[in-house]
Amino acid sequence: MKLFRRLLPWILLAFAFFILPVILDDFRLNLFGRYFSLAITALAIDLIWGYTGLLSLGQGIFFSLGGYAAAMYLMLNTKSEAGGNGIPKFFENYGVDQLPFFWQPFWSPISTLILIWLIPAVVAGLVGYLIFRNRIKGVYFSIITQAALMVFYHFFNGQQKLINGTNGLKTSTTELFGMLVGSADMQGWLYRLTVLLLPLAFLVCRYFTSGRFGDALIAIRDDETRLRFTGYNTVPFKTIVFIVAGILCGISGALYTVQSGIVSPQYMSIAMSIEMVIWVAVGGRGSLVGPIIGAVLVNYLRSLVSEALPEMWLFVQGALFIFVVVLMPDGIYGWFTKGGFSKLLAAFGIAPKTPIYPRLDREVVPVSEGRAISKD
Amino acid sequence: MTTPLLEINDVSVSFDGFFALTDLSLSLYPGELRSVIGPNGAGKTTFLDVITGKVKPLKGTVKYLGDSLVGLSEHQISRRGIGRKFQTPRVFENLDVIRNLELAASPAKGPFALLSQAIPPSARDNVHRLLDYVGLAPYARVQAGSLSHGQKQWLAIAMLVAQSPQVLLLDEPVAGLTDEETVRTAELIKSLAGDHTVLVIEHDMEFIRDLNAPVTVLHQGRVLTEGSLDDVQKDPRVIEVYLGQSQD
Amino acid sequence: MELFFSQILDGLSIGSVLLVSATGLAIVFGLMGVINLAHGEFMMLGAYVTFVVQSIFKPMGGVLFELYFPIALVASFLVTALVGVLLEKTLIRQLYGRPLETLLATWGVSLILVQLVRSVTTAMMLGIVSAVLLGLLALRFVAAKVADRPFFPYLRGVLWAAALAIGLAINAALANIRPLANAWFGPRNIDVTAPRWLQGSWGKIAGIELPGIRIFIILLSAVLLLSMLWFLRQSVWGLRMRAVTQNRQMSNCLGIPTDRVDSITFGIGSGLAGVAGAGITLLGSVGPNLGASYIVSCFMVIVLGGVGNLTGTVIASLLLGILQSVIGSGSILIAFPNLPASVKGVVEFFATTSMSLVLVFIFIIAFLQFRPNGMFPQKGRSVEA
Repeated sequence: MKLFRRLLPWILLAFAFFILPVILDDFRLNLFGRYFSLAITALAIDLIWGYTGLLSLGQGIFFSLGGYAAAMYLMLNTKSEAGGNGIPKFFENYGVDQLPFFWQPFWSPISTLILIWLIPAVVAGLVGYLIFRNRIKGVYFSIITQAALMVFYHFFNGQQKLINGTNGLKTSTTELFGMLVGSADMQGWLYRLTVLLLPLAFLVCRYFTSGRFGDALIAIRDDETRLRFTGYNTVPFKTIVFIVAGILCGISGALYTVQSGIVSPQYMSIAMSIEMVIWVAVGGRGSLVGPIIGAVLVNYLRSLVSEALPEMWLFVQGALFIFVVVLMPDGIYGWFTKGGFSKLLAAFGIAPKTPIYPRLDREVVPVSEGRAISKD
Repeated sequence: MTTPLLEINDVSVSFDGFFALTDLSLSLYPGELRSVIGPNGAGKTTFLDVITGKVKPLKGTVKYLGDSLVGLSEHQISRRGIGRKFQTPRVFENLDVIRNLELAASPAKGPFALLSQAIPPSARDNVHRLLDYVGLAPYARVQAGSLSHGQKQWLAIAMLVAQSPQVLLLDEPVAGLTDEETVRTAELIKSLAGDHTVLVIEHDMEFIRDLNAPVTVLHQGRVLTEGSLDDVQKDPRVIEVYLGQSQD
Repeated sequence: MELFFSQILDGLSIGSVLLVSATGLAIVFGLMGVINLAHGEFMMLGAYVTFVVQSIFKPMGGVLFELYFPIALVASFLVTALVGVLLEKTLIRQLYGRPLETLLATWGVSLILVQLVRSVTTAMMLGIVSAVLLGLLALRFVAAKVADRPFFPYLRGVLWAAALAIGLAINAALANIRPLANAWFGPRNIDVTAPRWLQGSWGKIAGIELPGIRIFIILLSAVLLLSMLWFLRQSVWGLRMRAVTQNRQMSNCLGIPTDRVDSITFGIGSGLAGVAGAGITLLGSVGPNLGASYIVSCFMVIVLGGVGNLTGTVIASLLLGILQSVIGSGSILIAFPNLPASVKGVVEFFATTSMSLVLVFIFIIAFLQFRPNGMFPQKGRSVEA
């Protein structure tokens, strides 16, 4: 059993990498590629909300910045997209004949790969520092991140001459390595790339949440004032976590953009960013497995419902928000790990009732053995 | 006479025109143990807020080792060696008891140090010693949130000691404790005094008597009187503020 | 210059709508520490109630139609207040002390409201009503027998799910009957015709036209604000609300029915949003997505004005409305035509509705660097626990 638990992540990874591309058709595979890229965003939100207690309603900013960075590179480096001046065709519609300066770095693949995460990191650092420095937290933090999101949304939406405004940038018709990005082969490779990056993101999050840094994050969530009186300056902690989350969202956004075929200001809509939070809530916050489950499950559900009854999706989503928050605050993963299932069985008389203090006698572990044993 | 370690001079604090502290002056000398009592609303907690940087005084100075503390943020003051225990036991409920203590005991408190370094052995030994001392060793791996009220009080005090501050400010350390626990707390505090400078705010007069330390009485944001507990208890003004105006 | 002033008047009227709505949000936030993300959707509901009232009065024509708007105002207040009370009693109450979760749950409510307005049909309404009735009946019938059994909570969930399924089935069955399956409003925008006495100008002051609609909205919000002030300062329930806002536990101990105070406050807050929505119908056409475009501005008013402070709310909302309107319309350029080229470029860059929002938000975030607690922060021990 223990061996099985050890091997399970590897089995799942191998399954997603080798088996899924064989058994799923191109369309479904692409969908799963998108789900997995969104799961990275869910991990990021878990890092700041589940562990640190900062509910950001503006992660769409970083998600879209990453997406735009990838899309701009593809637009510049595709012959068929180029218009008269060698710059993307859409500029002609607005009578722009010179490439705006901030497009310049995206000619190069290397600087693009850096900027995909660097731009979100810088923006997150700046926004985060300004907010945290003033000790804005709780609901205030949420609505200010939402306001920041609106700033970016309106900016990208209104600036046609700079980034094609509300139309967004279409990537499915662009080329990468001589292949059409929207082609099935390319999508297959992008899927595999996503499957490899998701565990990497998981490891990054584990690096930050385990150990003493992670303890400090949980302490910030539990009682930030107390931590400050203990001698910790909480601002850099929160800023660092916010930057890491921004980076993960940027990478996730880039992966999602190339797989969905477009990036548009819609990715910065209020709805999208709050939806990201519900993936984490459904899966279970405060654990690193939960958000991945949640992101895949909710988005799969979304695909199912929108294919069958498109107008029902908002009802289902709304109900999901209410249901999870009221009845399942620990999410699916938390429900299982905190004994929800055995409680359910016990309620119907199938299993014995759980004793009231199951942990106390078991938990008496000699302290001198150190903290390593408490990891599992 | 030695110079005071902590010197509060002529401090006033006002909340929207209501003066929580008025021209308050108080000095603590190295190694001293001092009790502060006073009826509700006397400004006891605000007084600690001023020292620890939570509230900025309207006027007056707070000096520690000759340096002004006014304008410093909480963590800076804490790092200079002034530790505080809150009125209600505030612990990090979702962390194990031992991790609560390790956070407090860690000498390096920056994010990068926490990411890259393990806790130094000396701090770890200190944590284990404290765990044994306050009797929480069997609960080292239990989440702090599931401790009883008394255990949380002890954990909060242990965390404060783990910070190894020069000055300990204790806000109602025995509220909600049993008699036996109260006696042990008094012993702990007395053993800390000498090496440390300790200021205790309490309502429990038995406990104050146990401490056997000079008492400062606060009333309406001012120092009403100072002296030994017996002297203070005989003072008619103190009787008046605690029991109300006597019938003349 | 005249244009400039008329833009300011425009801004004032938008600011007044914001003010009414933000006041509603602020009293709820002050009392319960809860931000209601469905607040914008309550505005939308108010707008649709106005539309319904107008549609009822339109065939009557004549004097009756001229009078519909005041009735619509009252109706939109009452309907949204009722929905608000319902929401508080069923959902918000469960989440007391968990503000972030409340944020998410109310967002769920807002999604449902938006979609409901888009796709509501008579068939759907019948389905919903029968599901709720069935659920309540089943619960009453079953609860008497097994309420104390450990599986009851799960059974309750199953019963509600079954009732929902039956409701869906009823909806599907009725959807085949033509007149029942027509959408009431549909996803498109709707237009409300203002009564004649509101249209046109209400006279001139110093050569500046006073458009009736704008002046009416400004007056309306002033009246609402004053009556709100009177309510808070003079009435029994207002006194109780202020007491609970300051110290909930103490109020509870003194015998103030805090849960009823919560309900009433939430109802009034929602009702104010409804009235604001009714006001918006006069300014232009409205659609199911109306809420989203106003809600962030309402939040900003609260952030800027400080919590639990009506003066702050007034100044912040009017400031926001005017800034948005003056910058967004580009009337600065017309008012001051001789600006240097560099400044002109900047002004032009921000002279659209969405770019003016960008500028205003940047301004607010910058402002918070100096005054993190808004223009009128609360002081005292109770601010931070």
